[in-house]
Amino acid sequence: MELNNPALPLETAIATKLDEAIGWARESSLWPMIFGTACCAIEFMSVAASKYDISRFGAEVVRFSPRQADLLIVAGTVTYKQGPILKQIYDQMSEPKWVVSMGACACSGGFYDNYTTMQGIDTIIPVDLYVGGCPPRPEALLDALLSLQKDLRTNKYNSERHKDFKGALDNV
Amino acid sequence: MFENITVPSDKIHQFIKDKYEEGFNYLLDITAIDYTEYVEAQEEEFAVVYVLRHENFKQHVVIKTYLSKLIIESVSYLFKGANWLEREVYDQYGIIFKNHPNLRRILNHKEFVGHPLRKAYPITKGQLLHEVDDLIDEMNNRLLSKEVVCKLDDGHFSECNKDIMFLNLGPSHPASHGTIRTYVALDGETIECAVSEIGYLHRGFEKSCENHSYNQIVPYTDRLNYCSAISNNIAFVKTVEDMLGITLSERAQALRVMLLELSRIEDHVVCLAAVLVDMGGLTNYWYMYNPREDIYDLLSKLTGARLTNSYMRVGGMTNDLYEGFEADLKEVIKKVQYGVEQTLSLIKHNRIFHDRTQNVGVISKEDALSYAMTGPNLRATGVPFDMRKDTPYYGYEKYEFDVVVGSVGDVYDRVMVRFGEIDESIKIIEQVMQNLPEGEVSVKDASVTLPTKEAVYTTIEGAMNQFKLTFEGVKVPVGEHYGSIEATNGELGFYIVSDGSGTPYKVKVKAPSFTAMSAYPEMIEGFQLADAILTLGSLNIIAGEMDR
Repeated sequence: MELNNPALPLETAIATKLDEAIGWARESSLWPMIFGTACCAIEFMSVAASKYDISRFGAEVVRFSPRQADLLIVAGTVTYKQGPILKQIYDQMSEPKWVVSMGACACSGGFYDNYTTMQGIDTIIPVDLYVGGCPPRPEALLDALLSLQKDLRTNKYNSERHKDFKGALDNV
Repeated sequence: MFENITVPSDKIHQFIKDKYEEGFNYLLDITAIDYTEYVEAQEEEFAVVYVLRHENFKQHVVIKTYLSKLIIESVSYLFKGANWLEREVYDQYGIIFKNHPNLRRILNHKEFVGHPLRKAYPITKGQLLHEVDDLIDEMNNRLLSKEVVCKLDDGHFSECNKDIMFLNLGPSHPASHGTIRTYVALDGETIECAVSEIGYLHRGFEKSCENHSYNQIVPYTDRLNYCSAISNNIAFVKTVEDMLGITLSERAQALRVMLLELSRIEDHVVCLAAVLVDMGGLTNYWYMYNPREDIYDLLSKLTGARLTNSYMRVGGMTNDLYEGFEADLKEVIKKVQYGVEQTLSLIKHNRIFHDRTQNVGVISKEDALSYAMTGPNLRATGVPFDMRKDTPYYGYEKYEFDVVVGSVGDVYDRVMVRFGEIDESIKIIEQVMQNLPEGEVSVKDASVTLPTKEAVYTTIEGAMNQFKLTFEGVKVPVGEHYGSIEATNGELGFYIVSDGSGTPYKVKVKAPSFTAMSAYPEMIEGFQLADAILTLGSLNIIAGEMDR
């Protein structure tokens, strides 16, 4: 489907699937909630600043209220102390929602293999995209965003995908 | 100038009081050492260490006492900063401080069992937290002590003519850097009482140091104050070099000075950009943040990384400057100056900026010293303490620059001191680059620095040398040392205990943000909620070094 094809005549009816139309609409109106805790949050500042400029990709409306956001970017180390807070924020976001884990710490604990650092946020919440690097360059996060948009356009994500997820903080 | 003193535990309290009277009234750090696995037998298994600085700022003293029982008198009534420092020792080592007003965990969470920095605690044993601390008992004590509420006979509380509302600021809040939680009691918009909780970014730096070699720790230091990684690298390796008795070449010293000042600029621009955004001045963010991008480009060209540079090594640095560095540096400085100029033109005579910042978030000189605040935050109160002037290292005495001081200790002073320091740092960088000495950037000592690649590939000695240094690390002589430099946020110190191996036995960071944060709840009380945001921004709390 080429909804954004400028060559289409003005009064055109397009036959498409509803899912695809919705995916197309979602693609460029992601509202990120940035859960920034450490060094990666400083790199996120670069992503938002004019040189890398996340607004080119329609995802610059950074919300700090989870209830207004649909893309959770976890940027930085998450410790056990931070765990319940991250979980609460994830729970407060309404569906549909996507989670990007930015940086080695959020993905796996990074080189903090010790008593206080959670060994990857997927211990407690489901993650859709992992971005490696310590910290990742801004381009890497933009790449993750573009890949997420591509998947939204092609409807790779269905809302049932994390149905069976059980995190360490979920009630048994 | 410094001295190390060991005092018996029954006399320690009086001894500290005497030192206090002598003028050692600036408490840098309190920490403990667990000697259970130490190579030399010690008097007792645990010791507590106090590091005090004299009011002339030129001398410091390290006082150690061995504990037969894990209990010691609190000094929090002498130094306000001792409150949090003692809590940390309690949290990490389980040492009880008698008469402490609020002895509870500070870095680890409330469900945590055990004391992680004890040698017996396994490094990878994590413990889940299920529910966040509500801080209500701490808040109630604070409310009672400030007489905002009164306790009734039936145990309930009653508000004294005020309509109190409680609010959590953070930890997930855009202005709280994601990791600082402040629980406030509001009367209207005014903060009556505040208590802060930290430790959300406690990622076990000090424990991790105990199972990595000295050079492996350098990348960890990057992530202490991640806004100016190189200055942490330098603070750490300088302490190790002092223990080894290494003197760097003049070129290496000059390069370190230049990079320290570049980091200072890098750090200050991001602090200023953020504090101005917190005030609603988004335009300033672009003016201040874009030069930072240029500094990133320069540093990636030099070190290979934008943010976490890991450029320093024990005994020098990874590589010399590249060809054309000087011209690139000049360009970057020009862009920084342009950004500062543009920002100042927007705020210097701006009524809103003045109204929002002047006489807001004030801390007095005496309180700032008692909390052991340091760096720009202390200088904003009018105390001209700057290690670059008071205890010069790396030839800082050769360079001409001024110590920028404020007068009131409010948000305005803290912001303006940082603007001033950017100018002074540029002056220093220009002086360094004018007279950059020739020579090696690393010492040539086979027991400290790696051999050349050629030697590794062609000679057996070189290969063995590389192997031994990489696997065993630099061997530091048995001993204990406190070393510090004037980092971007103030005095950044490392207390290192070596057992003679290539891995430190213990590392403690004296983090400037930690002491600044301990003053924060008192600073915002009586001001409005929106002022609390500015106060936090202007203190430049970096969670990485605060929580470690």
